[in-house]
Amino acid sequence: MITKRIIPCLDVKNGRVVKGTNFKGLSDVEDPVTLASHYSLCGADELVFYDITASSEGRALFTDILTKTAKKVFIPLTVGGGINTLEDFDRVLKCGADKVSVNSGAIRNPALIGEAAKRYGDQCVVLSVDIKRVDGRFTVFSKGGRENTHLDAIDWIRHGVDSGAGEIVVNSIDTDGVKRGFDLEMLKAVGDAVNVPVIASGGAGSIEDFITLFKTLPTVDAGLAASIFHFGEVSIASLKEALYRAGIPTRLTSSERT
Amino acid sequence: MTVIIDYGVGNLFSLISSFEAIGAEVTVSASPDMIRKADRLILPGVGAFRDAREKLMLSGLDKTIIEEVGKGKPLLGICLGMQMLFDKSYEYGEYEGLGLLRGEVRPIAEVIDPALKIPHIGWNALHFTRPSPLFRYLNEGDYVYFVHSYYACGCEDSLIATADYSHPLTAAVSHGSVYGCQFHPEKSGEVGLKILRAFLEIDPVKDTERSTVC
Repeated sequence: MITKRIIPCLDVKNGRVVKGTNFKGLSDVEDPVTLASHYSLCGADELVFYDITASSEGRALFTDILTKTAKKVFIPLTVGGGINTLEDFDRVLKCGADKVSVNSGAIRNPALIGEAAKRYGDQCVVLSVDIKRVDGRFTVFSKGGRENTHLDAIDWIRHGVDSGAGEIVVNSIDTDGVKRGFDLEMLKAVGDAVNVPVIASGGAGSIEDFITLFKTLPTVDAGLAASIFHFGEVSIASLKEALYRAGIPTRLTSSERT
Repeated sequence: MTVIIDYGVGNLFSLISSFEAIGAEVTVSASPDMIRKADRLILPGVGAFRDAREKLMLSGLDKTIIEEVGKGKPLLGICLGMQMLFDKSYEYGEYEGLGLLRGEVRPIAEVIDPALKIPHIGWNALHFTRPSPLFRYLNEGDYVYFVHSYYACGCEDSLIATADYSHPLTAAVSHGSVYGCQFHPEKSGEVGLKILRAFLEIDPVKDTERSTVC
């Protein structure tokens, strides 16, 4: 059976990983290549690189480190941040990305999803959605959660999948940073609405939160987190072992399985 | 020298990087001459069957590949590259493949539990159905990375591994000097690199005889 995926997300600014500060034994925790290799060796099933630079110099540094990472790390790489056009897709795919995540760029230009899916295949297009409850309704926010688009999240996600998005990342603004668990209610609503992989993001604080996520919601395929991995609060190796022991399909190496 | 056949389908970045990581000398080429000179061949591929097949045919590379494989040159097809090794595919129509392996490519929707998602995407375990030199460094149950909506069937004579997705989907095949992986070894971490290394170490004479015997 397909395993549940654990995905660390690396925020990259000017070619350096932001917030990666608490790893013993790593010489340079801000170096994306070092950190990505470390996660890959610990059993991360996929990596997300998120470009948070705005300048063109920063963008050039980003594609440079992406290339260096993709030459060393042989698990799927997803790239997000600043993806607004097909040229942006092209730029990161040429540097070794396998999937490209769109968010605000697709809200501004919804045709981007379909055009990218047609050119690169559905499996390449990840629709990332920042969602917050407004008057009890799941509502899409853009620009890193700062702007209310007044779009209904479930309608927007359905539209994205119909246009060709091959995966959905659900970022709950309501649970993000709270570290008391994923937004199960929101994730269930999305998982019931679409038949493509759903990636949960926002709210993970412990190993138990991942176990609860996968035990409660079979429609969720992956859990994504950033700071809890970077700060060493949850190690990927122990998380994966705990998932395996809890009977959740998990990728372990042959020596770990015995 | 190993040649990755470049016929304009998909991104070869990761594949080239994987071979570099294991210290192998690879050349990316679309030239029939290079394919003839190569010790072994890699047929990659991402996208739609018809498109890929047309590109291979228009470039005339299909004939060169068939000729070289006929001489016993090891070939590894990856993902769509594996699917093209078979007789035909039913992806958006009915198209002839290279016919190097017996079998056909059909939608996984025809055989899997309708509640499961398509494509079959993510990490799944390999179950060996026959020993193969390709799995020299692997263990039963090792995980590899898949992304596909079509699968090869009717290929019992070449099947060497399956992956369970409510149905045992064809994961790897081998017959004579022809090998194929439905999954992406270049995206399958250490396990994937071990498969590529094993392919590079395949002895065209010894290993081909062995696999023809069983």
